[in-house]
Amino acid sequence: MSLLITGARVIDPTGERRVDVRVDGAVVSEVAEHLDPVDGDDVIDAAGLVLTPGFVDLHVHLREPGREEAETIETGSRAAALGGFTAVVAMPNTDPTQDSVEVVDFVRHQGERAGLCEVLPSGSITVGRAGERLTPFAELAGAGVKIITDDGNGVQDPLLMRRALEYADGLGITLAQHCEVERLTIGAVMHEGSCCSRLGLPGWPSIAEELMLHRDIELVRLTGVGMHFLHLSTAKSVELVRAAKADGLPITAEATPHHFSLTDERLETYDALYKVNPPLRTAADLAAIRAGLGDGTIDAIATDHAPHAPETKEQPLDQAPPGMLGLETALGVSLASLDMALSDVIAALSWKPAAIAGVSDRHGRPIEPGEPANLTIFDPDDVWEVVPARLASKSRNTPYIGMPLRGRVLHTILQGTPVVRDGGALR
Amino acid sequence: MTPSRSLLAVEDLGVDGIIRILDLADHMAEVNRRPNPKVPALRGKTVCSVFFEDSTRTRLSFETAAKRLSADTMTFAVSQSSLNKGESLRDTIETIAAMGVDAFVVRHGSSGAPQMIDAWTQASVINAGDGWHAHPTQALLDAYTVRTAIGRSGGLDGLRMAIVGDVKHSRVARSTIAAMRMLGVHVTVVAPRTLLPPDVGESFADAVTDRLDDVIAEVDVLYLLRVQQERMNEALVPSLREYTTRFGLTAERAAALAPQTLIMHPGPMNRGVEITVDPAELPGAVITQQVTNGIAVRMAVLFDLLGSGNTAPDTTSDTSMEGGSL
Repeated sequence: MSLLITGARVIDPTGERRVDVRVDGAVVSEVAEHLDPVDGDDVIDAAGLVLTPGFVDLHVHLREPGREEAETIETGSRAAALGGFTAVVAMPNTDPTQDSVEVVDFVRHQGERAGLCEVLPSGSITVGRAGERLTPFAELAGAGVKIITDDGNGVQDPLLMRRALEYADGLGITLAQHCEVERLTIGAVMHEGSCCSRLGLPGWPSIAEELMLHRDIELVRLTGVGMHFLHLSTAKSVELVRAAKADGLPITAEATPHHFSLTDERLETYDALYKVNPPLRTAADLAAIRAGLGDGTIDAIATDHAPHAPETKEQPLDQAPPGMLGLETALGVSLASLDMALSDVIAALSWKPAAIAGVSDRHGRPIEPGEPANLTIFDPDDVWEVVPARLASKSRNTPYIGMPLRGRVLHTILQGTPVVRDGGALR
Repeated sequence: MTPSRSLLAVEDLGVDGIIRILDLADHMAEVNRRPNPKVPALRGKTVCSVFFEDSTRTRLSFETAAKRLSADTMTFAVSQSSLNKGESLRDTIETIAAMGVDAFVVRHGSSGAPQMIDAWTQASVINAGDGWHAHPTQALLDAYTVRTAIGRSGGLDGLRMAIVGDVKHSRVARSTIAAMRMLGVHVTVVAPRTLLPPDVGESFADAVTDRLDDVIAEVDVLYLLRVQQERMNEALVPSLREYTTRFGLTAERAAALAPQTLIMHPGPMNRGVEITVDPAELPGAVITQQVTNGIAVRMAVLFDLLGSGNTAPDTTSDTSMEGGSL
């Protein structure tokens, strides 16, 4: 029995067309202008819908092991599948930290057990993310790790960062930086600007991000080893990356939906739902992030999905943890906020992050016979609003309540098997 | 938030609301001058002070105000609280609210905590200072002190005030600057850049300078902010001595003041830092009056929020404010 997808508008790295697609087993078996169902075919009528390679999220926090009250790999994977993601990179700030083969293997196996999307564990750059000693990069690479990052923290020590780049050379891993000079953000809860002055809240200055980004761009120039920059949030950061790419440096960058859709004025209610790191910034920064995505300076849209249990967000801003949900709303926020060709948005959600994550052998592939069937089908025009109680994530900290989102995932197919049908998870 | 139910920030009152409170405070000051300074205006009401940060002065001022209006008072201090046992802020508030509280007087080290508490309770919430954000009753008592000292009614149009010192970390500065400007005062902030909030613009103050001597002779009100000595470790000013040299009220600067210039300070004062002369020897010093007026102003706020109406109470007899009815 095969799966037949009819009438879809296909958008993939090779372009755009209207075809029928048959999936047999874990692969795409046939693509043609018209395919007839055969007996027992499971048919998805995708007329009016868009069929693309599955989305790849470079940046999620699944909280397991350690904070299972906020999210588990299973609930986070379900949120990912419902958001159209067939692969997610799990950040290493778990407890214990993903700094050893044992923990990384555990995360991968939990992902396989859930079977809702491919969970790609990252490893940390430093042991315990303490910023002192390098983790065993080669062992982690041997366990399939592709992204190495201390996300949640930046590597403060420039010597250590230089060594990390040099040592990573040739291991088939990519170092990813959370850019934040911590001496400039002590106690910070929101963007440093007129809004924080008015609210009496300690500011997180843009330059804390830009200084480390600039430092690391120069380290890339020095070492020749590539790097990925996580969740860029400021206009100047976009400029720095644009200039570095023009110089031919091997760098990539991501931005989150919240950094191109929400401004720091959201904090005016003192609601910790809007506390995130790096913080929501100004309208000018949002515009620069959108422009950076538009011209390809920023390669990927990544959610920084960061679940937190409700009671932790019901605290004063300086005590509440930073972070917001993103997996189930990424497409809807992107299509509602970005003035870009649909194919460019999908590129930033699928094949470009797939390449950065080192999984372009199986994700973000052209939809052609013989290719792995990791696929997403969505309605690009459906306008909807998020209902926190209906989220698959174990947490409820979505900042998009009341915001009209555009584009809704209906079906997600993982290795040929539907895991989401008609907007509902099948497992 | 219902503006008439809670007082979270002085801006929420609007100019009319501020003047209403100041006028009400005139009546309360009259009560306070009586041999028996107590009226039954809020009898049967319960006011709970919830202080998550030490502040004996503000707490005593509020409790005195509540008692003079015959409200019952309770105190919840964090040292004896269950927050130390892991209970959340929300659970704490809801538990106290369940005991039947009409108003919470909240002091919290986190900006925005009173806003959160206001969302969790039907009771009135009076912000008694939150983080760096706001201290509305301080702003009201400051405005009241100026208005009383210069013998005006209504607003304070045309006055010039300089506010000196650590504006960045000061809830007093945020609220007092806002209230004074709403009442028509031209406010100059005097501080080094390190003690200013980022992006201070016209929406924050009328003028900004780091030269006290340039403005000192021209102001009607000189407001000195407290230097928080723990900030000295953060490279905000090189030393207390240098702070005093640049921003302290020294004998030389006192001599440069116009004779009628009011000297104000929210307390507690660091003698030898913000001020090196004895304020008792300065004719314009109204620092003690600020403390005294604090009680009348807080009575006015409590009555405004918890009394049955917004018209001024008849304070001609000791029993006319029975049950809050007028």
